[in-house]
Amino acid sequence: MFATTYQENVKEKPQTKPNKPTKPDANVICWVEGITQCAPPAADPYEFKSASPSPQLPFDLQPPTPLSLFYESGSATAYISRNQAIKKLQLNLADFRRLCILKGIYPHEPRHKKRVGKGSTAPKTYYFAKDINYISHEPIIHKFREFKRIQGKSKIVYISHEPIIHKFREFKHFVRRLKKAINKRNTDAANRIRANKPKYKLDHIVKERYPSFIDALRDVDDCLSMCFLFATFPKTAHTSYDFILLSRRLTVEFMHYVIASRSLRKVFISIKGIYYQAEVMGQTISWVVPHKLGYDHPTEVDYKIMQTFTEFYTTLLGFVNYKLYTDFNLHYPPKLELEDQNSTTKVNAEFREQHEERLAALSQSLQTLHAGSEEEEIEMDEFPSENTDDPDRIEQVKVEAEKLKKLQNLFKGLKFYLSREVPRETLVFLIRSFGGEVSWCNTVCVGATYSEDDETITHQIVDRTEMPNQYLSRYYIQPQWVFDCINSRQLLPVEDYFIGAVLPPHLSPFVEEEEGDYVPPERKSQLTGQAATDSGVEVVSDEEESDDEQEVDNNDDDDDEKNENQEEEDESEGNYLHQFNNAILKKQNNIL
Amino acid sequence: MGAEITTLGQVGYRINQYLKMDLFHDKSASESDEDTTDSEESVYSGLEEEPDTSDDEEEKNDDKSDSEDEDNSESDNEESDKENEIDNNTDDKDVNEEDTNTVNVAAKNKYNDKNNTRTTSQTVDDEYYHDSSDEEDIRNTVGNIPMEWYRDYPHIGYDVEGRKLIKPKKGDELDEFLQRMDNPDYWQTVTNKMTGQNVLLTKEDVSLIEGLMLQRTPGGAKETYEPWIDFFTHETMIHPVTNRPADKRSFIPSKYVGQMVHAIKMGWMKRSTDKKEKVDDDEPKYFMLWKDDEENEATRRYRANIPAPKAALPGHVESYNPPPEYLFTKEEEEAWLAQEPEERKINFIPKKYDSLRLVPAYSRFVKERFERCLDLYLCPRQQQTRMNINPEDLIPRLPKPKDLQPFPTQQAIIYKGHTDIVRCISADPTGQWLASGCDDETVKFWEVLTGRCMKTLKVSGTPRCIAWNPNPAICLCLVAVDQNLLVLNPGLGDKVLISNTDSMIQNIETTESAGKSPPLNWTVCEDEQYDEGYRFILSHPKEITHVSWHGKGDYFASVMPKADSKAVLIHQLSKQRSQNPFSKPKGLVQCVYFHPVRPFLFVATQRYIRVYNLLKQELTKKLMTSCRWVSSMSIHSGGDNLVIGSYDCKLTWFDLDLSTKPYQTLRHHKKAIRQVSFHKRYPLFASASDDGTVIVCHGMVYNDLLQNPLIVPVKVLHGHKITKDLGVIDCEFHPTQPWVFSSGADGTIRFRGLLEVPQPTDVSSLTLPASCYGTCCISRGLLEVPQPTDVSTLTLPASCYGTCCISRGLLEVPQPTDVSSLTLPASCYGTCCISRGLLEVPQPTDVSSLTLPASCYGTCCISRGLLEVPQPTDVSTLPFLLFIMVHAAAA
Repeated sequence: MFATTYQENVKEKPQTKPNKPTKPDANVICWVEGITQCAPPAADPYEFKSASPSPQLPFDLQPPTPLSLFYESGSATAYISRNQAIKKLQLNLADFRRLCILKGIYPHEPRHKKRVGKGSTAPKTYYFAKDINYISHEPIIHKFREFKRIQGKSKIVYISHEPIIHKFREFKHFVRRLKKAINKRNTDAANRIRANKPKYKLDHIVKERYPSFIDALRDVDDCLSMCFLFATFPKTAHTSYDFILLSRRLTVEFMHYVIASRSLRKVFISIKGIYYQAEVMGQTISWVVPHKLGYDHPTEVDYKIMQTFTEFYTTLLGFVNYKLYTDFNLHYPPKLELEDQNSTTKVNAEFREQHEERLAALSQSLQTLHAGSEEEEIEMDEFPSENTDDPDRIEQVKVEAEKLKKLQNLFKGLKFYLSREVPRETLVFLIRSFGGEVSWCNTVCVGATYSEDDETITHQIVDRTEMPNQYLSRYYIQPQWVFDCINSRQLLPVEDYFIGAVLPPHLSPFVEEEEGDYVPPERKSQLTGQAATDSGVEVVSDEEESDDEQEVDNNDDDDDEKNENQEEEDESEGNYLHQFNNAILKKQNNIL
Repeated sequence: MGAEITTLGQVGYRINQYLKMDLFHDKSASESDEDTTDSEESVYSGLEEEPDTSDDEEEKNDDKSDSEDEDNSESDNEESDKENEIDNNTDDKDVNEEDTNTVNVAAKNKYNDKNNTRTTSQTVDDEYYHDSSDEEDIRNTVGNIPMEWYRDYPHIGYDVEGRKLIKPKKGDELDEFLQRMDNPDYWQTVTNKMTGQNVLLTKEDVSLIEGLMLQRTPGGAKETYEPWIDFFTHETMIHPVTNRPADKRSFIPSKYVGQMVHAIKMGWMKRSTDKKEKVDDDEPKYFMLWKDDEENEATRRYRANIPAPKAALPGHVESYNPPPEYLFTKEEEEAWLAQEPEERKINFIPKKYDSLRLVPAYSRFVKERFERCLDLYLCPRQQQTRMNINPEDLIPRLPKPKDLQPFPTQQAIIYKGHTDIVRCISADPTGQWLASGCDDETVKFWEVLTGRCMKTLKVSGTPRCIAWNPNPAICLCLVAVDQNLLVLNPGLGDKVLISNTDSMIQNIETTESAGKSPPLNWTVCEDEQYDEGYRFILSHPKEITHVSWHGKGDYFASVMPKADSKAVLIHQLSKQRSQNPFSKPKGLVQCVYFHPVRPFLFVATQRYIRVYNLLKQELTKKLMTSCRWVSSMSIHSGGDNLVIGSYDCKLTWFDLDLSTKPYQTLRHHKKAIRQVSFHKRYPLFASASDDGTVIVCHGMVYNDLLQNPLIVPVKVLHGHKITKDLGVIDCEFHPTQPWVFSSGADGTIRFRGLLEVPQPTDVSSLTLPASCYGTCCISRGLLEVPQPTDVSTLTLPASCYGTCCISRGLLEVPQPTDVSSLTLPASCYGTCCISRGLLEVPQPTDVSSLTLPASCYGTCCISRGLLEVPQPTDVSTLPFLLFIMVHAAAA
C-alpha cells in the first residue's frame, strides 16, 4: 500500500520531495546535529563570503550589484535540482535512487534557496552539481560503450562513465530480453539469457566512499543494524534469499570477531530490540537487533529500497569483516578451532551447511593464523610521568585500562547453562564476549559443550516461574542479570534476579546524565555503587598488597639485619648531633 | 472370499473392457504370429486391402463369419490350454490362479453361446466387416454409455439395423452355482457387457491377461527386439519415402550458427560445457580492500562529505523494564495517541514487562529501519559551523561588587526642616553646601557634612529649580521661582570667595546691543534684597521649569515650556545678556543642558533629544528616545553618553557614538522617573522615582571606543515616604564624593554615603576616639555635648567640637591668621578655619607631606581633591584618624 503511495509521491515530484522540504528547518537541524566543526564548504564560496556581515551603508552609497553575475556563478551553479540531475544522467527515477543509495549521494540544503533556485523558492531537492558530475565522469571511460539518445532534432551523444550506471542499463536490457524469451516460450533462449545474467560488484564503491578503514568503521552502525535485521527475515517474495543468507553469514562473522576481540562494551534490552555497543579500533559502534520472534510483514515499507541498501551494506560488511579478521590474526572465512584444517578444503554443500550451523552456534572460538603468537601482549615501556604535561592523565589512562581489562574478563571462571526459553544467541554472544563459558541443551541447537547435569555449572539462566529440580551448586537467575552486570561492569548480587523475583528496573547504559537532567533513583544508586566498586578495586589491590606484604615480611627479616647495621652507623651520627645540641644549650645558659 | 470375488469381478470387468477394445487386436496379433507383415498393415491401414499373405482358410472363406476364425482360435485355445495346464502343474498351485481358472471355465461355456448369437447377427449383414471403423464394436450401437441404464429393460441396446438386442437369459444364483460347479470352463468365461453374452476366453486371452497382470509384454510377443528398419534415413535414398520438396533453409547455412561458431572461435562465447565450471562463482569474494588508507588518485572524488548523523541511542524510557516513573499515565497516553505522529516526542508507548520472555516483537521495527534508510538518502544535509563558544562566555560577566565600589550604600544624614515637597536640590561645586527649594516657598542652604541648615530664604513663589554655579571660584546660585529667575549669592563658605564674586558682579559692564531688543531684562537687586543675597532677577514671560549652567559657569540656560519659540533662553552672566537661540518652537521642551566640553546644547522635548551645535547654529543629532514623555536628562562628564528618565518608568542610556537609538533601557522603577543624575567623577548615575526609591547604577564609560559602556544597577535606596503619590522628586550626586542627595515629597532631604558608623548616644559610649564622631554626631544631636560657650569650658577634647561648633558660632575661637598663633590645638580650627581662609595652610598634596596634624586638613583638603586619599570601605581599614573623621561624617 505504501509502496504505491510512495511511488506517487516520487512521480509528482516538484511539490513533493515528500515531507522533507515542507519543514526544512526541523530537518536540517536534525541532520545537522552531531556534525562537528567543519570548514565551510568550498563548493559555495559565494555564499561563504556573504555570510560575513557587511558594514551598513546608507542606501544610496551601497555599491550596485553586478547584474551579470546573477545565477551564472556561485550557488546557482553549485547546486543542481533532482530533475536536472536525472535528465543529465539519463536515468529514470528508480535508477537514480538506486544510484544515490549505492554511491552515497544525498541532497544538500542550500543556505540561500532563492539564489539556488534562481529566484524561486519552491521546495526542491538539491544535489551538489559536483556530486552529479562526479557520477558521470570517471576515468574508466573507455571501458564503456556510448549511449546515444535522440532528442528532438538534435542528436545528443552522451557518454556515461559510471560503471554502475552502465550495469543498470545492461541489467535492464537483460530483463527485457528475458521477458521477451519467456513470453515467446522460448525456454532455450530464456535459459541461455538467464545464465548470462549480468553481474556487478560494488567493491570499488566501498573504497570510494570509505577511502580509509576508519571511515568505514564510523559508518558501520547502520550497516550492522540493517544486516542483523535482514538476517531475521523469512524468505518471501519481497526479500531475496541470497541477501538473507549472506547477511546472516556476515553478522555471525562479525559477532565472532567481537567475541574474539572482546570488544563489546554495553548492551541494552529495549522494547524494540536489543542494542549492543562495541568499541572496535577506537570507534564506538552500536547496533540494534530485533527480538527474534515472529515476522510481521509491514505494509508501508518499500523493500526495494531496503534491499538496495542491504546490497551495499553486505559488501561493506564483508570487507570490514575481512579487514578485522586479518588484523586480528584470524582466518577470514572463519574456521572453528576444533575443525580439521583439511576438511575445510572440501566444498561439500552438506559440510558447508554444518559448518555454518556450528559457526552460528557461537560456542567455539576461531582458529588464529599463527597458533603460537597468541596471548603475547607487547608491554609498553614506562616513561616517568613527570615529564609529560599532565602526570595524572597517564595514571588515569592506566586505571582505565585496568578497568577495561576487568570488564573484558567479567564472566571469566563462570560456567553458564541456558534454559531453552531464553534467547540463546544473544546470551551466548554476551557471555562469551566477557570470557564466560556457556552451554545449552543440545536439542536446542548444535554446539552445546556440556549438559545440564554438569556439577561445575555456576549459573543457570532461566526465564520461567518455577523450576522443579534444582541443583544446589548453582544459582538460577533471570537473563537480565547478565545485561545488568555488563552495564554496571561488575558482578551484581544474584538475589535480586532469582526465579520469580521482581526484577529491578533495567536502565539504559547509553544515557549520560547532565546537570539538571532527571536521574532515576536506581541510576543514582548504581552510580554510587560503581564509585564504591572503584574504591573496591583499590581494596582488592590492598589485599593483594597485604599478601605481598606478607611475602615481603619474610624478606624483611633479611632486610632487618641489614638495617641494623645501618642503624649502628646512624647512631654514631646521632651521637654527634646530641653533642652539638648540648653545646648550644651550654652557650645559652652562659648568656642567661 | 467375498472380497476376493469383488476383486475378481473387477478383474473381469477390466478384462471385459480389454476385450471390447482388443478383440481385433488379438486377431491381428494372432495373425502376426503367422506373418510379420501384418504389423505393417496395422500401421498402414491403407495397405490392408491387399493382404499379401493371409490364412488359406481366410482366403477361402471370405464371406464366412469369424466363426472359423474363432474355431481357429479355439483350437489355439485348446493348445494353450494344454500349455496352461502344464504351467499350472509346473507352477506352484496358487489359489488365485485356481480361482481365475474356474471363472474362465465358466466363461468358456458362455462364450460358446455368444459365438452362436454373433454368427447369426453377422451373417445377416457383413458389409461393414471391412469398414475402416472396425475397431468399433458394432454389435451394439448404443456406444460407450454406462450399461446400467438398460438394467430395467429387456433389451440391452440396438444393432446396426436398429433392432433391439434382447438380453440373453440369465440364470439365477443356483444356475450360477451349478455353472461354477459343473462347467470346467467357468473360469475362462466372462460376460460382454455390451451384448450381455458370456464369452469364453481363449488361451491367448488368458495368457495376455496374465502377462498384463504380471506387467509383461502384452500378447507374449516372442521377439521384443525386432530389427529396426530405418525408413527416414539420413542417407539419400533413390526413392524417398515422401515426395515433399526440401525446405530452403535446409540448404542455406544458418546465420546464427555461423555467428555462434565465430563467437566461440574468437572466445567471446563459451560452450555450455565450459560454463559449468564457473557456476560456483556466485558467492561474493572479499579481499583486503584497505591495504593502505590512501585514497586512489584516480577515484578521488570531490569531497565535502557530510557523514550522516548517527541514530540516537535509547534512553531509560525504551527499556523493557523501565523505572515506573517513565511509564505513561492514562492522561499522558491519551495525549500521546491524540498527537500527530510527527509531533510525538517518543515514537512508542513505554511498557514494562516482568520478564524477558514476555517481551513481544516490536511491530514497527522494519518500518523504523526503513525510515532511517529514507533519511539517509532523501534527507538534505547541511553543514553548520557550530559556535565553539562556552555558553558562559556569552553571558556578560557581572563585575564583582568590589570592582563597582564606591557607591552610596547607607543613609547617613537626613536634612529636616522643609514642611512641604522639596522640589529641587543642588550641591555647590566644592561639595560643602547644599541648596534646596521647597513648595513652602523657601530656599534652604545646608551644610552637607553636618546637616545644619545654614540659611533659609523666603521666596515669592514655588522654587522649581536650583542650580549652583559649577565654577568653584564663583559663589552663585540660580533659583527659578515661577516666572522669575533669581541669581543669588548665598554668602556661604569662603568669605574671600563671596567677596570676589560680589565684586565681579559689580564690575560687569552691560553692553547694550543696539539693534535687537533683548528677550528680557536683567534687574539688578539692591538694598534689602541685596543683603539677603539677591543679585539679579530675570523675569521671564512664562513659568520657568528648568535652569542649567554651562560648565565654565558663565552661561546659563532657562526653560519655559509654554513660551513656544522663546522656550529656551541662554543667558550670559559676564555680559548680563540674554538671547533666544531658536526662532521656532521645538515642541514641549523639558530640559536643556550644555555639553560639558564642546559647544553643544542638548534640548530634551517630550519625545526627542536634539543636539545643537551652538557655533554652527545647526542641528547635529536627533535622538529617538522611544519614551512617551521624557522627564529628565543627565549628561556624562565625557559628553558622549547621556541618560534619560521618562514618566513611563524607563531609564534610557544613549551612546552618542553608537547610534541615535537607545543603547540600553533599564526598567527597574515601578513608577515615573522624576530625575536622573550623573556623577561628575565616579562612574555612577542615579535615578529618582515616584515609587520612593533612588536606584544607583554603575555606568562605566571606557576610553576604548570598541568597548561599550558597562551598566550595572548596584543599589536601591529606600527611605523616602510616598506622600500625595509622589516619592523622590530630585536627586543629585556630591560633586567630589560618591555620595548622593535626594529630596522627596515627604519634605526631607536624605544624604547617602559609604559607611555606617555606630550611632552613639552618649559621650561615654564612644567606641572610637571621640574626635571621630566629631562634627556630625554632635550636630545631629546624637551626642549630648554640653554646649560650650568658651574654649575654657570644653569638656571633651577640643577637636570634638571641631568644625560644627565653631562654624555655628557656639565657640568663639580667636581668629587665627597664622599657624603659629593658634591657641587651641590645631585640630580645633580644623576644616572651617582653613576652608574659610583664616588659616594659611601649606597646601599638601600627599598624606606624607602634612605639616599640621592630619585632622586639620580634614574634610576640606580632601574634598577639594588636594589630598589623594584611598577610599575606605570599612571602618577597620582606615589608615588614619583623619579618614575616620571624613567618612564617619559622610556616613
